[in-house]
Amino acid sequence: MSRQADLIVLGAGPAGANAAIAAAGAGLSVVLLDEQDAAGGQVWRAPWPGLVREARSSEARDGDRLRARLAASRVEALFGRRIWSVTRSFHVDAIGPGGNETFTAPRLVAALGAHERVVPFPGWTLPGIVGLTAATVLLKSHAVLPGQRVMVAGCGPLLAAVAAAIVKAGGTVAAVADLASPRDWPAATPLLATRPRLLAQGAGWVLKLAAGRVPVYFRHGVACAEGSGQVERVTLAPVDADGRPCGGVATVIKADALCVGHGLIPGAEITKLLRARHVYDRRRGGWVPELDAFGRTSLPGLFAIGDGAGIGGAASAELAGKLAGLVAAKDAGALPADAFARMAPPLRRKLGRLSVFSAAMARMMSLRAAQVAVIAADTVICRCEDVTRREIDAAFEAGAREVNQLKHFTRCGMGPCQGRMCGDVAAQLLAQRVGSREAVGHWTGRPPLRPVALDALIGDFDYGDIPIPEPAPL
Amino acid sequence: MMIRLQAGTARPAAITLLVDGSPLSAPEGEPLATALGASGLLRLRDSPRTGAPRGAFCFMGACQECLVHVDGIPRQACMTPVRHGMVIERRGMP
Repeated sequence: MSRQADLIVLGAGPAGANAAIAAAGAGLSVVLLDEQDAAGGQVWRAPWPGLVREARSSEARDGDRLRARLAASRVEALFGRRIWSVTRSFHVDAIGPGGNETFTAPRLVAALGAHERVVPFPGWTLPGIVGLTAATVLLKSHAVLPGQRVMVAGCGPLLAAVAAAIVKAGGTVAAVADLASPRDWPAATPLLATRPRLLAQGAGWVLKLAAGRVPVYFRHGVACAEGSGQVERVTLAPVDADGRPCGGVATVIKADALCVGHGLIPGAEITKLLRARHVYDRRRGGWVPELDAFGRTSLPGLFAIGDGAGIGGAASAELAGKLAGLVAAKDAGALPADAFARMAPPLRRKLGRLSVFSAAMARMMSLRAAQVAVIAADTVICRCEDVTRREIDAAFEAGAREVNQLKHFTRCGMGPCQGRMCGDVAAQLLAQRVGSREAVGHWTGRPPLRPVALDALIGDFDYGDIPIPEPAPL
Repeated sequence: MMIRLQAGTARPAAITLLVDGSPLSAPEGEPLATALGASGLLRLRDSPRTGAPRGAFCFMGACQECLVHVDGIPRQACMTPVRHGMVIERRGMP
């Protein structure tokens, strides 16, 4: 049985929740689906149900405000829903607490957020090593420190945020290794000045780390991680501006946890699945859907917004969400053109002012090609299938020229994460041989979008219910 | 080992689950991967091809590295709240 709405929004982060609220405010019936227990996405993720936290950051308050606005809206928000299939006529299947549910609507907004890029190094699969985004989830949603002595490494604003949050919570940061140089942060400062609160947060992390006497290794990357059964030691090595090891003294840090991340990758799986047109844009995180100024994709009725449509951060995602919600309502005939002409321009102006800041942030998190070029042959690239760089290079030698061929040759990207963890780096490795990211393409989107348990799909199924035609007479 | 923050934080009462036959205490509703991590159990499975140790990695339901058997069914530990009497098996471990 399927439920009909005017608009389906997938993902209840800053982009999706705001799109849903704006569209419902303009009179559309809106179904909002998310896999988590509450709205907020990863950036404003709520504490797990039952956990009560008093000390609240500004991000936590932003999340609380969004959840309150959603609760006060007419949006039908359904959580704990894992979306596993979407058709080009916007027929959405999701596994929820009660089994499979189907929703249909003439319009659909994809706001799936991002996942983390970790450029592999020897030992990166050891237990105790988590992504920087994972670390933010542990700190704000689970209220735990990732370890007793935590090494924090990688690049971009999350690096600073995680290290500062651990210090603030009373934890021990063994060291911070930043691929950027100390000069790169002030270089971004004039751009950050367009967002004063984030500038204050940036300055805040430096002060907090100084007060906590945390050693910060600028222009350093992780050379390897080692340990018996879990991470125990992390070796750092100096790198150049492109992320390439440049010789010099290695430093060994003892740590029982390593939080590491090299930027974010847009979760553009719905637009890929529905065969909307995409372009490769390294500075916005990778393959992103082609959009008009209002978030419309090349497929009529399909919108893509937020980090899932190109990395830009929460503030941009909120505005893009509001705008897409209004456009969807206008396209559906619910919002009169004159009302839209009044409401949209202020949002577009704010979005324009933020774009400089968003671009600066995204640039700090974009893929450094040289970092991929120097990955050692024995290093695992695909975690699910334990495919090494050597096997990817061998697949090229054997004729693989495009990522889906690479997948068939090696099983890289064929495991249960469906290529989310390895896809960007595997494509980059192949592109270095073939010539360009455009030439090697991206994984073909296929359902199920996420693994689903067969028992949840089957429900109260009975074999006796299958209509079996009479066999043909012999 | 993960460390639960205490200041300004209130958790539901503890329940008991069984992990590979041994009892483990955790606040009811805490995500399983974190309940295990806070008890020092970071290694949740071994990789199927090379047998290398693996643990929770993304904590948002994407990477599938934290797969354990919960009451006999494979589940992502980062997405599974703990309940009293749950039986957890880390299969695919030596």
